[in-house]
Amino acid sequence: MQTHLLLEMSAEAIGERKAFSTVEGGMSYAEAFRRAKGGAAFLHRMPGDKVVFLGHNGPGFPLALFAAGLAGKPFAPLNYRLADADLRKLVARTAPAVLIADGPMAARVNGIEGVQIVTREAFEAACEDEDNHREELPYVDQDIAVLLFTSGTTGEPKAAVLRHGNLASYVISTVEFMGAEDDEASLVSVPPYHIAGISAVLTGTYSGRRIAYLHTFAPDAWVMLAHAEKVTHAMVVPTMLARILDAMDTLKIELPHLRALSYGGGRMPASVIERAMKKLPGVDFVNAYGLTETSSTISVLGPEDHRAAFTSEDPKVRARLGSVGKPLHTLELEIRGPDGTTVLGPRQSGEVYVRGEQVAGEYLHKKVLTDDGWFPTNDAGWLDEEGYLFVEGRLDDVIVRGGENISPGEIEDVLRLHPAVKDVAVYGLPDDNWGEKVGCSLVCEGSPSTDELAQWVQQRLRSTKTPECWDFRDELPYNETGKLLRRVLKDEQSKAPAA
Amino acid sequence: MQIKPGSRWKSAVDTTEVVVVRPPQGDVSLECGGHPMVPMGTDAPAGLTISPDFSAGTAAGKRYVDETSGIELLGSKAGPGSLAIDGRLATLKDAKPLPASD
Repeated sequence: MQTHLLLEMSAEAIGERKAFSTVEGGMSYAEAFRRAKGGAAFLHRMPGDKVVFLGHNGPGFPLALFAAGLAGKPFAPLNYRLADADLRKLVARTAPAVLIADGPMAARVNGIEGVQIVTREAFEAACEDEDNHREELPYVDQDIAVLLFTSGTTGEPKAAVLRHGNLASYVISTVEFMGAEDDEASLVSVPPYHIAGISAVLTGTYSGRRIAYLHTFAPDAWVMLAHAEKVTHAMVVPTMLARILDAMDTLKIELPHLRALSYGGGRMPASVIERAMKKLPGVDFVNAYGLTETSSTISVLGPEDHRAAFTSEDPKVRARLGSVGKPLHTLELEIRGPDGTTVLGPRQSGEVYVRGEQVAGEYLHKKVLTDDGWFPTNDAGWLDEEGYLFVEGRLDDVIVRGGENISPGEIEDVLRLHPAVKDVAVYGLPDDNWGEKVGCSLVCEGSPSTDELAQWVQQRLRSTKTPECWDFRDELPYNETGKLLRRVLKDEQSKAPAA
Repeated sequence: MQIKPGSRWKSAVDTTEVVVVRPPQGDVSLECGGHPMVPMGTDAPAGLTISPDFSAGTAAGKRYVDETSGIELLGSKAGPGSLAIDGRLATLKDAKPLPASD
């Protein structure tokens, strides 16, 4: 099933409803479908077999996504924050292609063989051009919907392949068609090249929930837009949430229309989610875990789970506030041991494997699914007795000290509770005796001694989990989608003389 | 007739349209309102009317399944006719929406 059918259905059923908006204006579903068809006629005539998108979010982005689908060309949104040299390398990999670029970005990717550039303004004009609307769209039989270069925290970006079937399956099995009330609006501030940016367009369109776009995340702008647009739903990454709460306090703005706030894309510190739940008691919190390769969400900790965990005296239930909830009923999930085949029981840590129609598990020229369709996520995790999933981070980040597996996240959570610690990253460093030892980088207020911090960890965990190397700095490195670049710190500190 | 995943079909007797989410095993007759559906973009035979036995309606955004053939359909446009496979009424598939997560 082609993803642009989702827009056609909403255009048919709730055509007059507002679909996408920014502060500059917006358009209805019927209008979006009409323009996407105009854009498709234009893209179909252009040379190249892919549509590359280099630009900010905003209504032009869903138009380009749907138009590319209607034209039968895979859509490849690129990360505009890459350095010019890296960006040009990626663009060259997409040839032959037509590239839609925000005006100011076009010059950065000029003159690459096999890549025809059109500005976003020219594309948007083509969407409205009457001549394009008169053209009959060709029959298309293209099953790749999106090519998404994974942000990755290491190595060359890989082009993840998401087929129409994967994305459509995710949408129609998890979202109720026209399920949103007509006053609902979600604030989207993730960029087009992030899987959450793509899935937000599709689920928003199918549910009939208007998307209000914010070009670039900044806490004040987010709070002000959420207030002005009477936003009811939003998705944030953990690093955004604390800053949003701070901005609400500073600006003295309440968000009475906000009903649901989902978060994902990294570990949420317990202190932040607890603060958010106290400050916004009427809001439904949703923790969603997913990967690019799985067409977004595969596990969800819903609002009721949040409230039950938040108010529970039972430490096992309470702990679930740090879980990513239960896997979707439409897919299978297992924790497997290092051999990749042994399925582990409750509270045993291993690699998260997942199987289902929404799971693509494929890169250009390389399928990574097992023969029977399972996708190894490269994430470490475990399930509790009732099937709640706890994700410990990338498998490569797990520290193996003297045969013991240590999860960096657990130590980070404990350190973050220390009043002087503002941010922290824990990683493994090479060690002659133990194979690896625990190292950490910290951002602190004041100057707590390493003895004090070590004791703090030792009292709450145990000595094997207590960091042996301490690195203090002004800030930690994050990539632009809020992922902590633990690997960068680890590499740096592995080379540094012992502290 | 062979029915491919992703293919779109329209009713010969009402406004119903569907898309094939999961194909059937083997050849089946895909029907709406008691008459075979036709591929989108082709002309339906004229002069047919809805059979009262197949008139409970099809909703947009709902999924319909037939266990015998394994086919799964999504209603993409609503209509008064009911979907059937080789004369067997298709059944509505239970869906459990997630809390919004994107």
